[in-house]
Amino acid sequence: MAVASSLALLATACGSGDDGSSSGGGSSAAALEGRGPITLASGKDTSGNLQHQLDAWNSSHPNEKVELKELPDDADAQRQQMVQNAQNQSDAYSVLVMDVVWTSEFAANQWISQIPEDKVPDLGKLVPATVETAKYRDKLYGVPITSDGGLLYYRKDLLTAAGITDAPKTWDELLADCQKVAATPGGKGMSCYAGQFEKYEGLTVNFSEAVNSAGGEIVDKDGKPNVDTPEALAGLQELQNGFKTGAIPKAAITYKEEESRRAFQDGKLLFLRNWPYVYSLANKTDGSSKIAGKFAVAPLPGKDGPGVSSLGGHDYAISSFAKNKATAMDFINFMASEAQQKDNLAKTSLAPTWASLYDDPALTKQFPYLPQLKASIASAQPRPRVVKYGDVTAAIQQAAYDALSKQSDPKAALAALQTKLQSLITQ
Amino acid sequence: MTATAPVAERPAKEPKQPKRQQRFNEGTGRLAALLLSPTLLVLGLVVLFPIISALRESLFTSGTTLDENGFIVKGSTFVGLDNYLDIFKGDTGHRFWNAFYNTTFFTVVCVVLETVLGVAMALIMHKAFKGRGIVRASILVPWAIPTVVSALLWKWIFQADGIANQLIGTQVLWSTEGWQSKLSVIIADTWKTAPFIGLLVLAGLQTIPAEVYEAAKVDGASVWKTFTRITLPLVKPALLVAVLFRILDTLRIFDLPFVLVGPHKDSVETLSMLAYDQAFNTRYGPAAAYATVLFVYVAVVAYAFVKILGADVIGEARARKPGGGGGNGKRWRKKNAAQGAPNTAVGAVTVSGGGGQ
Repeated sequence: MAVASSLALLATACGSGDDGSSSGGGSSAAALEGRGPITLASGKDTSGNLQHQLDAWNSSHPNEKVELKELPDDADAQRQQMVQNAQNQSDAYSVLVMDVVWTSEFAANQWISQIPEDKVPDLGKLVPATVETAKYRDKLYGVPITSDGGLLYYRKDLLTAAGITDAPKTWDELLADCQKVAATPGGKGMSCYAGQFEKYEGLTVNFSEAVNSAGGEIVDKDGKPNVDTPEALAGLQELQNGFKTGAIPKAAITYKEEESRRAFQDGKLLFLRNWPYVYSLANKTDGSSKIAGKFAVAPLPGKDGPGVSSLGGHDYAISSFAKNKATAMDFINFMASEAQQKDNLAKTSLAPTWASLYDDPALTKQFPYLPQLKASIASAQPRPRVVKYGDVTAAIQQAAYDALSKQSDPKAALAALQTKLQSLITQ
Repeated sequence: MTATAPVAERPAKEPKQPKRQQRFNEGTGRLAALLLSPTLLVLGLVVLFPIISALRESLFTSGTTLDENGFIVKGSTFVGLDNYLDIFKGDTGHRFWNAFYNTTFFTVVCVVLETVLGVAMALIMHKAFKGRGIVRASILVPWAIPTVVSALLWKWIFQADGIANQLIGTQVLWSTEGWQSKLSVIIADTWKTAPFIGLLVLAGLQTIPAEVYEAAKVDGASVWKTFTRITLPLVKPALLVAVLFRILDTLRIFDLPFVLVGPHKDSVETLSMLAYDQAFNTRYGPAAAYATVLFVYVAVVAYAFVKILGADVIGEARARKPGGGGGNGKRWRKKNAAQGAPNTAVGAVTVSGGGGQ
């Protein structure tokens, strides 16, 4: 019975997948036509500001109203619903709020429409790295609305006490700073550094950052895997050595964002790699954080200079099976506009893609980390942009996790990863 | 077993039972078929159709090749048994047998532990003492909690700085590869589902008449003797059904290892997780093949269990069968007593399965 029910689930999941005749999808350079009501499929509107923005649009466009379709909180569940919607060729979702790593899969399946670049007048005003996340084979398939980059959080109070004035710019400086702080009374019993090393998407992010920050790459400019290189090896070895020497605490192999944030807030870590959302939480003075006012942020360090962050964030795309695509395009441009992004940043603290907002004095006062975040995002690299992203990220996690948790030979791990990626990407 | 004899012998005692055993005449048969047809139709729709549809799906693949513009070639191709053969080949084969081993390991260990604890719980719940209602309710709480929620609770307990590590005084990284992640799944699963066995065994215990125990007492039987010679044999039919359901349930274990430890971990990866992984990456053909292999495995185990241990899931249907074994006759009353319990169990199992998908 139970197995039958899971089989049934499977069958309904793929009910219409196999008779997929050619659809009105995006191959014909997508004429974005038709006006009228549309929908916006997005993850949970936790702040309530999304609905607020939609109300603003709806009051000025009474005949082209946008209805919010709230999807689950979990990104995997969001993707699953969007995939199902596309496979049923349903017009239930018009505009999709997509994680930046889904673009290639959705574009290759023609689930989302290609967007001519001249339809997005503000494209040049957006941070170029974020626009790259919305491209597949040099064609635009979405518009980045929010972004995200990694930051190095550090204990300014302890560094100052140890006579260090600037945040470290390289890994060696970071490790040296740790030794200096460990010699001071305040630094007793603290671990040096942590990121996110549990076997999940965060490990792909942290591994990519280590590889990119050492001058390596996972996938090259032409989309071919290129991870079996001395640079990538240097990146992986740095993380491995961190675990071996204890600079990274053993428990960090179980850290996701929240676990690592708690460790930092409890005063167990000198340095932490995390996203901007930590800033306001770690500064809370209600007793949840022991380090409120005692830390600062800097761009990520690298091997011989500044590090390279992985990019997070969301792109807005138009479903191939949607009606009223012209309205959808206008709505996306509305959401991408400076006024809306500014409003959204002020209310939700989600990082914008509009470049000049990072230099806005009022916003910088409200979010003191903006200049560092700008540096992080401007030099950031997207995670591998591949059609089979789910398989690729699983392969990366497998290689990195084994190397970090079992201290296995990093060179062999990267060689195996290269072979695996080749079989996943050339197909 | 003729229809009329028992009625003559004990008409007052159990008038309903013998009536049921009357042979249907043809008209009644046709009416029965007519009345059953909606049920059969629904069953065909929700059970038979998905199974056949999944079997068909498992013979196809789609979306594996890109055209020169980078678009995935649409439509699906018939590949025969390739999806099945791929399961056992090379790296995926290694992964499959690892998952197969994990699934079997969890099933054996968890079900044994749950049976022992469940029977103990049932014995406690069955005793008459002050506050029995509270004890019964509290033992059943874990079973009432959705699996995903209990997995999150245990994940919290098993964190690096969680309460489990504080209690044992050392830092065990429970979610990393190795015996510790297996152990955490076993603990959480046993905690959650031992009450299920307890519940069904309790139902069985309540059908044992008190006179039997009184007789044993008069004869001077020890507590252990009473348990092994009276309680266990009399509760066996209910217990076997409970164990069977637990085996079927644990063979397709998914949510607990997935949430508690995480996906793609060799130590706890199970067959359901392999199927999920394929479906997640929109490879529905291979996913259906994995699901079918699991389906066959579950069916074989269930069949073997019923054959070897004689778990009587269909109840009196077997008792009516001519020559259905000499031992059946004296047990039929217990079987009838257990009738109510398996039905609730089916409902419960299906509900819990739904929550996990």
